[in-house]
Amino acid sequence: MKALTTFAAGTLLAGTALAQDNVLTVYAGDYIVSEWGPGPKIEEIFEARCDCDLQFSPGDLMPRLRLEGGRTEADIVFGLNTDVTKEARAAGLFAPHGQDLSALTLPIDWQDDVFLPFNYAHTAFVYDTDRIAEPPASFAALLEAGDDLSIVIQDPRTSISGLALALWVQAVYGDGAEEAWAQLADNVLTVTKGWSESYGLFTDGEADMVLSYTTSPAYHLIAEDDPTIKAAIFPEGHYFMVELVGKVAGTDNPELADQFMDFVLTEEFQSMIATGNWSFPAALPQAQWPEGFRQLDLPETALFYSEDEADALKDQAIEAWRAGLSR
Amino acid sequence: MLELADLTIRAGAFTLRADMTLQPGERVAVIGPSGAGKSTLLDVIAGFYAPEAGVVRWQGRDITGLAPGARPVSILFQDQNLFPHLSLARNLGLALRPGGGRLGEADTMNVEEALAEVGLAGFGARKPAQLSGGQASRAALARVMLQDRPVLLLDEPFAALGPALKTEMLDRVAALAEARGALTLLVSHDPADARRFAERTVLVADGVAHPPRDTKALFDDPPAALAAYLGA
Amino acid sequence: MARGPVAIIAALAVLALTLVPLGAVMIRAGGFAGFAPGDMEAVRFTLWQATLSALFSVLAAVPVARALARRNFPGRGLLVALLGAPFILPVIVAVLGLIATFGTNGIVNRALAALGLPETTIYGLHGVVIAHVFFNLPLATRLILQGWLAMPGERLRLAASLGLTPWAMFRTLELPMLARILPGAFAVIFVICLSSFAVALTLGGGPRATTVELAIYQAMRFDFDLGRAAALSVVQLALAMVAGLVALRLSGGAGFGAGLDRIVPRWDGQGAVARSLDAGAIAAVALFLLTPLVLVTLRGLPGLVMLPPGMLEAAWNSLWVALVSTALCLTWALPLATRRGELLGLLGIALSPLVLGTGLFLIVRPYVNPFTLALPVTALVNALVSLPFALRILRPEAEAIRADHARLAQSLGLTPWAWTRWVFLPRLRRPLGFAAGLTAALSMGDLGVIALFADPERATLPLYVYRLMGSYQMAAAQGAALVLLASSLALFWAFDRGGRVDA
Repeated sequence: MKALTTFAAGTLLAGTALAQDNVLTVYAGDYIVSEWGPGPKIEEIFEARCDCDLQFSPGDLMPRLRLEGGRTEADIVFGLNTDVTKEARAAGLFAPHGQDLSALTLPIDWQDDVFLPFNYAHTAFVYDTDRIAEPPASFAALLEAGDDLSIVIQDPRTSISGLALALWVQAVYGDGAEEAWAQLADNVLTVTKGWSESYGLFTDGEADMVLSYTTSPAYHLIAEDDPTIKAAIFPEGHYFMVELVGKVAGTDNPELADQFMDFVLTEEFQSMIATGNWSFPAALPQAQWPEGFRQLDLPETALFYSEDEADALKDQAIEAWRAGLSR
Repeated sequence: MLELADLTIRAGAFTLRADMTLQPGERVAVIGPSGAGKSTLLDVIAGFYAPEAGVVRWQGRDITGLAPGARPVSILFQDQNLFPHLSLARNLGLALRPGGGRLGEADTMNVEEALAEVGLAGFGARKPAQLSGGQASRAALARVMLQDRPVLLLDEPFAALGPALKTEMLDRVAALAEARGALTLLVSHDPADARRFAERTVLVADGVAHPPRDTKALFDDPPAALAAYLGA
Repeated sequence: MARGPVAIIAALAVLALTLVPLGAVMIRAGGFAGFAPGDMEAVRFTLWQATLSALFSVLAAVPVARALARRNFPGRGLLVALLGAPFILPVIVAVLGLIATFGTNGIVNRALAALGLPETTIYGLHGVVIAHVFFNLPLATRLILQGWLAMPGERLRLAASLGLTPWAMFRTLELPMLARILPGAFAVIFVICLSSFAVALTLGGGPRATTVELAIYQAMRFDFDLGRAAALSVVQLALAMVAGLVALRLSGGAGFGAGLDRIVPRWDGQGAVARSLDAGAIAAVALFLLTPLVLVTLRGLPGLVMLPPGMLEAAWNSLWVALVSTALCLTWALPLATRRGELLGLLGIALSPLVLGTGLFLIVRPYVNPFTLALPVTALVNALVSLPFALRILRPEAEAIRADHARLAQSLGLTPWAWTRWVFLPRLRRPLGFAAGLTAALSMGDLGVIALFADPERATLPLYVYRLMGSYQMAAAQGAALVLLASSLALFWAFDRGGRVDA
């Protein structure tokens, strides 16, 4: 009975909250909104600045926005990736962010006036130094590694990081991508639907390396005081993955939305996001990163396809993955 | 009276015709070789099976289209005469209150009386599985007593009982039918049952349910089909 | 018999809840879109793995069910309850448990290595089948066990008095029962496996293990190609319906007549061979099913202390969703427990949850904020998804009850209410308890359509596990998974037990 009444109360509250005009509705991924993600901290800090009510709404971002179209209740969408921005831009769902981009500290040049980066990382194969003393020193070495080196990766058709890997291989090997995948096939223990499953297999000791991010070791170093988890750094470069925030064009609360966009590049936000979302801050000099992040091995080259390039190459990269691994 | 007017009953390739009139209060045996359609005839009267043509009337009223429970008919089957998971009291209670409602004081008394009448006083809380074969038959009899319908159909319900028990049950049914003036039809394959129980007998053979004849006369001078069945 | 109008309403509700959302997606997409190049291959792989998985699940379940039917040993009830656990585990947890057992670093391979034997790999088609058997063997076992328990004691007694040999016993009594039960069990499991996706992918080891459901997921969430998603869903539905129709045709035989509810011991299977076969079957299945569960439990224990308070609320939400789903599902299932109803019920699991969720979202969105409906929609969809299982469990008994007692009820003129209250429900008690337990547990463990109807304040337990895993909290996630496993099992046990308390 109690659940029913709290439920009814919740429904009422949600109803009244919608009617208020100082509510900022932020669509964000589950990993952001969960109590271990940056969501609760973002909410706390921003509400202290704005005297408003920030409400997160978790779930699939793009499918939901596309289904809702112009009638969406979102004011801000938080956590987009470059592989979906082209569609969103074309659909006219977002408004310019109006921010000065000179503060950005990304390893690539970013001139987008609609989507604003808030943190980034690179794809990387993560390993445990207790299990692998000498990881492959390059992508080429990984391809040539014997089949006793096992890796788990994510499916590019169902996961953002999986797609980033396919584009990474595409960027490094170009027309030789399918051949590269075929060479890698004997090392691929399995492919999972998403990052969580892969990472779970890796922590359970099932595979030697997992496709994850250059920032993953920071979590283990800072939260678990475990320095044995490392990312293998390849001279061929690593695919750059950025997370973006956008202001919804049809927002009914543009001032509040602008205020949030301003907030994203502030030092307060940027110094929190590293350990909040386990990623590199998009606008914070390296010297101000948290200790554990400053210790991370960083790639010298960040490989990156603009959204147009990525869109043009996506199908080809996925097909190279499929064909190469199916041989 | 119960009229079976120009009935044609068809089940697959099997056809049975019946055209007869039975009087209220009389006891009639239905006899014939197995597979001749005795049970089917009872099913049509009870409303479990629709005839292809013809009409069933009771006291002049057409009851052909009525649901089994709405007919002036109660029936004892070969088995499954009681719900096995319910106590006798509840089983009999459902005969009084087919809506399943709570039994009033008067209902409870009626149930107890009926049980006492068949020699099962104090058995109300038992379930059918806790009864002997004879006790279960008597409980089923109490059930039709409570239903108190003017037509009682018996589809070989006592076939599994021993000769003495069966005779006892037939006598009980006869007494009961007498007391309530109910028309009773007994399906049996045993000529002795018919002789003992029924004034008149319907012979079912060769696709026809023949109109009832005096039982004694019928057995003393059996037609060819009956003679073949009796092995005489 | 309360079957007319109520059954029609129940059937229409199933149709409405599956076809209307599908229609909504199609309308939004503006019709079907063509298939992508790999789609035919996905259909082929899907069919092949589902066939093998269902076949092995059902075949392996026969000796186990038979052993459980004729043996009584201490802990039998507990074992039967525990055997249900894989079916109700969240997929991700079960997969980790399976890999901990059969994976490269799993205990099987470590044991093989210790013995100096070559290692095996679980990744490949056989891995997909092993995983699906792990999930569905318990269901198959319970369905077949029910068939065995429903054999009237009178028949067994007759067989014993005739001194039938085990083979003759099998031919005359058990084979007809199996012929009646197996096609239905096969069909349900086949249809579940049709929509498998994460399991098939992870254990299949790569893109060769692409299923139709994965293609739907890709179309829906990545390419936003609603037309292709709808077209693929229709393919999936059609496959499920064909499987259901075939099963219905094959399982046409009549049931057993009613017994007298006497508990009659069995006299067969007293020989040494039969005894050791039964013991072997029970030991093998217990080892196969319980090892991954034990590993999940062991790995979850350290995480228990790390669980934040938010988990209790998630568990509470899940419990409510489970109870509401169960009530809804059983109310729905009772009037549909017929041949046609069962076929219709298959729609519930055959329709991709993504398409279902998206369709519902499109339908309710103009009128209500979908968040406020997160838990009710989850409960409703869980009920719909559990419906085929409930029907599979209830139908054989429901039909037997009608066959045995309908004439008496009609001759008494019982009202629909009296029939339901005094005859149908009491006699259906045992399968009803089992169906309720399964629905509750499934609904506890199911993520359902929560992705589009997510509500930050009201997570369910499975969603909580996924959120933990997505935030590097692998240990806490395993702890939460253990809580989920334990609460699902407790619910299952409580209902199932309730159904078996002798009335």
